[in-house]
Amino acid sequence: MEQPAILAEGLEKRFGDVAAVVGVDLAVPEGTVLGLLGPNGAGKTTIVRMLTTILKPSAGKGTILGFDVATQSDEVRERIGLAGQYAAVDDNLTGRENLIMVGRLTHQPRGGIVARAGELLERFGIADAGDRPAKTYSGGMRRRLDLAAALVHRPRVLFLDEPTTGLDPAGRLELWTVIEELVADGATLLLTTQYLEEADRLADRIVVIDHGGVIAQGTASELKRELGNTIVEVVLADPSDLDAAKSLLGEVGPTDLGDDRRSVQVKVLDSGPAVLDVVRRLDEAGLAPTSLKVREPSLDDVFLSLTGHSATDDEET
Amino acid sequence: MAAVTAPAVAPLIERKSKLGYAVADALTIAWRNLKGMSRTPEIIMFSTIQPIIFVLTFRYVFGGSIDTGIPGLPYVDFLMPGVFLQTVAFGAMNTGIGLADDLHKGLIERFRSLPMSRSAVLAGRALSDLVRNSGVVVLMVAVGYLVGFRIHTNVGAFLAALLLLLAFSVAFSFIFAYIGMAAPSSEAAQAGSFPILALLVFASTAFAPAEGMPGWLQAYNDVQPVSVMAKALRALMIGGETAAPVLHAVLWIVGLAVVVMPITVNKYRRAA
Ligand SMILES: Nc1ncnc2c1ncn2[C@@H]1O[C@H](COP(=O)(O)OP(=O)(O)OP(=O)(O)O)[C@@H](O)[C@H]1O
Ligand SMILES: [Mg+2]
Repeated sequence: MEQPAILAEGLEKRFGDVAAVVGVDLAVPEGTVLGLLGPNGAGKTTIVRMLTTILKPSAGKGTILGFDVATQSDEVRERIGLAGQYAAVDDNLTGRENLIMVGRLTHQPRGGIVARAGELLERFGIADAGDRPAKTYSGGMRRRLDLAAALVHRPRVLFLDEPTTGLDPAGRLELWTVIEELVADGATLLLTTQYLEEADRLADRIVVIDHGGVIAQGTASELKRELGNTIVEVVLADPSDLDAAKSLLGEVGPTDLGDDRRSVQVKVLDSGPAVLDVVRRLDEAGLAPTSLKVREPSLDDVFLSLTGHSATDDEET
Repeated sequence: MAAVTAPAVAPLIERKSKLGYAVADALTIAWRNLKGMSRTPEIIMFSTIQPIIFVLTFRYVFGGSIDTGIPGLPYVDFLMPGVFLQTVAFGAMNTGIGLADDLHKGLIERFRSLPMSRSAVLAGRALSDLVRNSGVVVLMVAVGYLVGFRIHTNVGAFLAALLLLLAFSVAFSFIFAYIGMAAPSSEAAQAGSFPILALLVFASTAFAPAEGMPGWLQAYNDVQPVSVMAKALRALMIGGETAAPVLHAVLWIVGLAVVVMPITVNKYRRAA
C-alpha cells in the first residue's frame, strides 16, 4: 500500500523535433506536496498534461494511485483534479453553473451537486458572485473558480499548473492559504511554479526541471545546502580598506567585491563559525565594518547555480 | 468545514452504464450550450432577425416580380419552405463555430481531464443546435403565418415536412462540425463555412423556382441537397407529386448521415 500517489518513470514527450520532456522520474507519496519548478518552456505543463491523461506520453509511464495514465484513463480521471495553467471555466455560465456542470460530468450523485457547488463557492470566497456569469469575474476570481471546479468531485490527487501566475501579491497570498488548507485536508498535490518562493512555501519536496529533464531534487533546505552558499557580507566604513579586507577574508572562503564597491562578500558553508572567524580576523587587522550581514541562499541562487541562468531570465511579458 | 478531498478508497460516483453516461453527459453539455446561447444575444439575433429580414425582403420587395411557376400560387407560400431551409442551413454554420470554440478554448482541457463520455461535446452540440433550430423554425412558421403563408395540404403533411427539415438540419450540421474542428478558430470556421453555404443556399431554389435559371444551374439544382430539400418541403406543404421528392430528400439525409457523420465523428475522436 506504500505505492506513491503520483508516479512517473522515464516519462517522455516529443512534439515532432521538439523534445519537450525527456526521461522524467517522479514519485509523490500520498498526502505530500511536490513542487515542480522550472522556467518558461521547461516542460512543466507537458508533464502535468501527461499525468492528467490529456496527452499520451511518447515513452515511459505514469500512474496515479496505481492506475496507468495511458491505459486506465477513466480510473485516473475519477481520482484527479486539475487546475490548468489557464483557467478553464465557461464564461457564459455563472460560477455556480460551472461547478454544477463539473459535478454532473464527474457523475456525482445528483442530489449532492448543488449543495457541493454552494459549499465550494463559499469556501473560495466567490459566493457573492456565484450567480454572475464567469465572464464578469476578475483574474483572481476566475482562478479561484477554476480551482473550485477542480475539487468538485473530491479528488484525492490534485494538479495545479502555475496556480498563482498573474495574481497580485494579495491574491497570491490568499491562494497560498487556500492551497495550504487543501493540503491539511490530506490531498496529494503536484504544483508547478516559476516562483521559487512559492515552491519553498508550499512544497514538501521540490523537483527542478530545465529543458524537459530533472536537474535537481530534494527538500528546499536540502537544495539550498547542496547548491547554494551562504554569503557573509561585510560593509567597510572606509572603502580604501577594501582590498586588504578581501585578501584577508580570502582565507575564510571565496570572496567577491560587492557591486557597491564598499563591501566584501564571502561564500561560506556554515554561517555560524564563519561569522566568528570573519569578525576575529577583521578585529585583529583593525578593520572596522559598518555592517555585517548573513544572507541565506534563495532558491533563485540555487537555480542560477544549477542552470547557469536565472529562473526568470527568459520570462515573457 | 467540509473536507475538500475524499480519503475514501473509491471515488463517490453514481454508477451507470456506458450508454447511460454518454446520454447524461451529452445532456449536460447541451444544457451548458443552451445556457450559453441564452446569454449571448448576438447568436439569438443572428439566428432569428436575419431570416425575418429575408422573409420581409423577399415577400414584399422581390415577391411581386417572382413567378412561382405554379398558377395561382402566392409567392409567400413558395418562399416559406425555402426560408425554413435557409434558417437551418445557416444554423449549421453555428454548429461549426460552436464546436471550434469548444475545442480551442481552455475549457476543453478540463473536459479532457474529467471522467466524462468522450462523445459528449459533439453529441451535446448537435443536441443543443437541434433545440435551437426547432425554436427558430417554430418562430419562422409564426412569422410566415403573419405575412400570409398558408399550407395547401394538411397538418400531418406539414408536420412531416418539419420533421424532415429537422432531420436534415442535424445531418447537414455535421458538414460544418467537421469544418469547425478543422479550423484553427471560430472565426476561421465561419470564414470557411460561408462560401459553402452561399453556394448551397443562394444558388438554390430556396427563393426562386428553377425555371428562370440557365440550364447548367438547373442541372445543379436538380441534385444539390438544399434544392432537393426545398422540392420535398414544397411537395409536403403545397401539394402535387410527393413520393419522389421526399424519397430524394430522405436519400440525401441518409447519405449525409452515413458518409459525413462517421468522418466527422472520427475527426472529433482525434481532436477531442
Ligand atoms: N503542442 C505542442 N506542440 C509543439 N511543441 C510544444 C507543444 N506543447 C509544448 N511544446 C513545447 O514543449 C516545451 C515545453 O513546454 P511546456 O508548455 O511544457 O513548458 P512549461 O514549463 O509549462 O512553460 P511555461 O512556464 O511557459 O508554461 C516548449 O518548448 C514548448 O514549445
Ligand atoms: Mg506551462
